[in-house]
Amino acid sequence: MSGAGANRMGPGGWTTLILAGVYFVVPLAMTAAFSLWEGGSTYGFEAYRLLLASADLPDALLLSMELALATVAALLLLLVPAMIFMNLYAPGLRPLFEFIATLPFVVPAIALVAGLTALFTGPEWLIGTPFYLVIPYFFLALPFAYRSLDVGLRAIDLTTLTEAGQSLGAGMGQIIRMVILPSLRAALVGSTLLTLAVVMGEFTFANVLLFRTFAVYMNQMGQHEATAAAALAVVSFLITWAAMLGVLIAGRGQTSIPGGH
Amino acid sequence: MKAPVAWLFIGAFLAVCATFLVAPTAMLAIQAVTGEDGFTLAYIETLGQYRYRVAFEHSLYLSLASATAGVVAGGLVAFAVLKPGAPAWLRSLVTSFSAVAANFAGVPLAFAFISTLGTLGLLTMLLKRIGLDLYDMGFSLFSITGLTLTYSYFQIPLMVIIITPAIAALRPSWREAAEILGATPGQYWRHVGLPVLAPSLIAAWILLFGNAFSAYATAYALTSGNIGLVTTEISAVLSGNVAADPQIGAALSVGMIVVMVTVLAISTAMTRRASRWTARS
Repeated sequence: MSGAGANRMGPGGWTTLILAGVYFVVPLAMTAAFSLWEGGSTYGFEAYRLLLASADLPDALLLSMELALATVAALLLLLVPAMIFMNLYAPGLRPLFEFIATLPFVVPAIALVAGLTALFTGPEWLIGTPFYLVIPYFFLALPFAYRSLDVGLRAIDLTTLTEAGQSLGAGMGQIIRMVILPSLRAALVGSTLLTLAVVMGEFTFANVLLFRTFAVYMNQMGQHEATAAAALAVVSFLITWAAMLGVLIAGRGQTSIPGGH
Repeated sequence: MKAPVAWLFIGAFLAVCATFLVAPTAMLAIQAVTGEDGFTLAYIETLGQYRYRVAFEHSLYLSLASATAGVVAGGLVAFAVLKPGAPAWLRSLVTSFSAVAANFAGVPLAFAFISTLGTLGLLTMLLKRIGLDLYDMGFSLFSITGLTLTYSYFQIPLMVIIITPAIAALRPSWREAAEILGATPGQYWRHVGLPVLAPSLIAAWILLFGNAFSAYATAYALTSGNIGLVTTEISAVLSGNVAADPQIGAALSVGMIVVMVTVLAISTAMTRRASRWTARS
């Protein structure tokens, strides 16, 4: 094998990619085709019409969207300022923050929900409302939001930027608003969209805690109506695709993406 | 704005994490060893019962198999598209599709595979028409094999995303140096490429393992609990579908956490060992 041969995509590379392509495209194509099946040899959009006509879908979809937005708000209000201030004033707390960001990986969602139900049996205003889910969703999003913000914060020299701002007479609030947050834009948009995608499809917590979110509704619907289930899978693939497209576009502003480009 | 405000924000974040993440986890550990008359190991011992032992075996096997499939297939795909000769459109197609597919999990993924390879799935029917009856041949989507096949759908693209930066960081000059010294591609990979990639490969495998081990929605929607996994057993206890004490759910959860901590510890130790090699270069 010559040096040039190692750089070109040889038959091995193409075979790998074609096999992977078949594995990834076939289920999508089959699901899309199946969602259009109306029995016998008739095809049409009946399954999608059925979904739109369903009285419960808007409620479930709306609830999931509200939960997704609330989770994003919680991340922006609780995690982002804490990380900025930790980097500025208390870098000694970094190991603790790292530990907390690893915990949701070590404690699987189903274990956390078991712990939450064991520990909190009240008050009703907290555990009785679907917005109780924002708490576990916050931790679901924490590891990747932390990682992406950490990369963003390391890429800028926080202390120098702050000192420069202060010597120019800016207050801390101004510095955060006008210097730090704009330079974290890609990390913020990226983790926001990823959080939206994750919460929209989250099933574990909602199912165990008995709240009818989009994924729970999808599961109930799909157990009776096979073609509706396929249609829901297609719709949810499109939602994920739209969210990821947003992440990719947001990431384009970032200059230091390793690889690619 | 002065430091006190900063401490307020840091304190609020830490308080929320302590209350809703650390305390519930600690509660699980306490609950797992607390019976009616105080401390007991009875619930931990029930994990040895056939039902729960099988659940752990299934979960471990599924995680091992799908993480390994993901690392191998995802690694090969990333390697193929990162070759300098690969067309740019192909690279961006694979990158963006991976981002979508890695997040396309849970209930919709289960439905997609049921529509394709379920007993009445489209592909199953098509293959039957040409005389290939998968279910007669012993295949079932609702088995560990079927679950592994389904899990790979999010494991492979996740691997592509994680490993791409590491493969892209392999310097062409190392390869050229090896070639000039007369090394075959096999020797280059055995002595240079793989040792350099080892820490990233181990870390990626661990992430994929954890991803599969804690997955619940896909398995639940696919098997309706017919195949016991640790996650579905915990949910059965929590939702009262089986007559079991809540302590058994806590004991199972603690068991999961122990597995995750062990795997993470092994990974940290191995990564440290493996990266000693690169630190010197």
